[in-house]
Amino acid sequence: MRPVESWLYATDKGLYCAPGDFYIDPPRPVDRALITHGHADHARSGHGHVLATHETIEIIKVRYGVGSAATFQIAALGSAQRIGDVRVRFAPAGHILGSAQIVMEHAGRRAVVSGDYKRATDPTCRPFEVVSCDVFVTEATFALPVFRHERAEDEALRLVQSIARNPERAHLLGVYGLGKCQRMIALVRAQGYDRPIWLHGALVALTELYQNLGFDLGDCRPASTAAADELRGGLIMCPPSALMDRWSRRAGEDPLRVFASGWMRVRGRARQRGVELPLIVSDHADWPELLDTIVETGAEDIWVTHGRDDALVHQLSLMGRRARALALIGYEDDAE
Amino acid sequence: MRAFAEVLDGLSTTQSRIGKLALLSAYLRHAPDPDRGWALAALTDGLPLRIAFRRILSDLMAQRADPVLFKISRDFVGDTAETVSLMWPVAPYVDAPPRLSDVVGQLLAAKPSEQAGIIARVLDRCNARERWAFLKLVGGAPRVGVSARLAKTAVAELGDRDVSDVEEVWHALEPPYLDLFRWIEGTGERPDPGIVPVFRPMMLAHPVEEADWPGLDPNDFAAEWKWDGIRVQVAAKGGDVRLYSRTGDDISGAFPEIRSAFAHADVVADGELLVVRQGSVAAFNDLQQRLNRKTVAVKMLRDHPAHLRLYDLLFADGEDLRPLPFADRRRRLEDWHARERPLLTDLSVLIPFASFAELEELWRGARQAGIEGLMLKRRASAYLAGRPKGHWFKWKRAALTLDCVLMYAQRGSGKRSSLYSDFTFGVWRPRVGSNEQELVPVGKAYSGFTDAELRELDRFIRANTTETFGPVRAVQPKLVLEIAFDAVQLSARHKSGVAMRFPRVHRIRWDKPPEEADTLDATLALIDRPAA
Ligand SMILES: [Zn+2]
Ligand SMILES: [Zn+2]
Repeated sequence: MRPVESWLYATDKGLYCAPGDFYIDPPRPVDRALITHGHADHARSGHGHVLATHETIEIIKVRYGVGSAATFQIAALGSAQRIGDVRVRFAPAGHILGSAQIVMEHAGRRAVVSGDYKRATDPTCRPFEVVSCDVFVTEATFALPVFRHERAEDEALRLVQSIARNPERAHLLGVYGLGKCQRMIALVRAQGYDRPIWLHGALVALTELYQNLGFDLGDCRPASTAAADELRGGLIMCPPSALMDRWSRRAGEDPLRVFASGWMRVRGRARQRGVELPLIVSDHADWPELLDTIVETGAEDIWVTHGRDDALVHQLSLMGRRARALALIGYEDDAE
Repeated sequence: MRAFAEVLDGLSTTQSRIGKLALLSAYLRHAPDPDRGWALAALTDGLPLRIAFRRILSDLMAQRADPVLFKISRDFVGDTAETVSLMWPVAPYVDAPPRLSDVVGQLLAAKPSEQAGIIARVLDRCNARERWAFLKLVGGAPRVGVSARLAKTAVAELGDRDVSDVEEVWHALEPPYLDLFRWIEGTGERPDPGIVPVFRPMMLAHPVEEADWPGLDPNDFAAEWKWDGIRVQVAAKGGDVRLYSRTGDDISGAFPEIRSAFAHADVVADGELLVVRQGSVAAFNDLQQRLNRKTVAVKMLRDHPAHLRLYDLLFADGEDLRPLPFADRRRRLEDWHARERPLLTDLSVLIPFASFAELEELWRGARQAGIEGLMLKRRASAYLAGRPKGHWFKWKRAALTLDCVLMYAQRGSGKRSSLYSDFTFGVWRPRVGSNEQELVPVGKAYSGFTDAELRELDRFIRANTTETFGPVRAVQPKLVLEIAFDAVQLSARHKSGVAMRFPRVHRIRWDKPPEEADTLDATLALIDRPAA
């Protein structure tokens, strides 16, 4: 049996599977790319052939245009196919809409590249599926023992209650445009918030895509179409970068700044961004989820892609597992 | 504990002073006695607990977490108590948290050996936010952006009073401040400040701005050197002498010689605390050795003798001089000092000048003598608490700069722990026995760059690493950093023999060849001689 590292390894173009001659989430244009999900540091434009889930392909087309790859091929979740000398299957990752793990079998060994993932429930995507394997390639965005995310439903309730308590102040909610934005909308809707939700221009197209794919997110409108008094006491969503910039002035004199992210667990992060109401909601696995998942896969070898690899590798060695950091370039350690 | 946790949590993320004040007042209005008094103590002088907090936390965590993971987490979070609150193992079911006053009561009654157990049991009963608030409560300094003064202002608001009313009685009070709340809420007498020498809120200066100059007439102002010590108030009455910091903290314990110098006085005076040897003011570093001590060893008293340079008189023999103009108070100060001659004191001299240009010229000369800047005080102004505009100005000298070469970088903490953000830099000196140059480290800087520059520096460091030891990387000597600092002093503890005060990155000189950076000789030339 050939060890997995002899056929799946890091190159300067990204993680490469030799017997299938493809790259996974490559940061540079390649002939053949398998994409785990639509976040910008995983899905880039300019590849020849892209294989991804239907939803991920739709996201890529919205973000980069229909011509951003020469050809697109849909990977149906669960059904395996041969690529070269590898059996390949996509399994749900629970991270965002369309996100998938990539399962590869070759020479009697199975490797799973998880992309980004979480175990908490999310009304906007399929739950993570545990796939037993020999090598599990994991992310480590929140791989520190201080990260234990709150229940997203409770955090959404805190937001809805704050809106009710502050009828004069607009709530400006910073979110990443893909995934977190639509998940937060679904969560506040589930808490009974039925007023219009106002969106920064950068969030509109992807939210429409979710709606076109059948998600009921209620009444969402571009903030640019609101009359000034409509925003008072309302909920406005924007990318994190807009929380403090000129754009935020349209939210009135003294908007209440909210940020939904796993980083909000640490106070310094909230203060640094001027966030008054930090919501600890994440689309990544927290520390207990990372460890539980790794144990459940039964993998002997764990390769860590991006994030806090130092803490995770140390913890896994305490647990008697072989773990190492993959020196991959191009991923954002802080992305969420 | 839950209500306290919520208010502390809100305070830590609320930016505006008004917002903080509203949160605090609402809490103080609704929380019962004695809980609110203990909360107030935590935000002002600290709880009267003697707890070896750091040791207890590290003992508790040693039993509950891997040391390497704790260290990595601590470096990331940037705060030990917060790290413990986040890493604390979650109990199978979480009970309601205990009442704040019950916890404080237990800790006050406990033997030192029992404290850790009590703290652990409280943490077991709390959620993450409550654990954080509880550790901030017992740890001393909550650091949620609330000054003692703001907390006292919130108390004053309960009874539509001014904060100075609260401050005048403050030092006669003890937590949990039942008599204070009764008085403020109109159900009790004003607490008697008695003969305790109380802190009087100080008058503070604004930096003078370019736009101020046209409005300033040199005839209206007295000028003094700005001394490089710490601003203090000495309050003496009936044999009791207290030394207060600018914020009203009682630092008397660390300076027994100043207390005895004022033992027979009945005054409140304002001045600069310095270490002075044979008439020369020592570097600020020497004074720092004396701070934050509960008791002082004889050797410390001998080697780092304290001295008080006086510049204002607020009370003398029971008379409140604060409404008088500065010029009159100054005369009273001179008379009083000539009469009483307290040991270990002198007066801050008034610098005669006819124009600001002349004053600047005098100052240029004094810079060689380690003078930090100038104070301008309006002769006609009363002594006004706080930082009123237009009365007192500080005029500081521009920072010094040197071009240094980046040598080592270390991962930062908190939000910066994924980036290399602590930079050690050096200057050139001839290698012994050869005519080659070598770099010798002269300081460390953590600030002065934008986030974008930090990312560029981080990229440079990763691309130019020559060696890695733990969190530190040695880098090729290729990048010049223009370092700004307030002063450079001789230091036996540093390999280069010098230490900088407040170094920070002024500019990143991507353009400058490293050979053109400054030398150790140029650095030594900037050392200030001790002030006369
Ligand atoms: Zn992602
Ligand atoms: Zn990612």
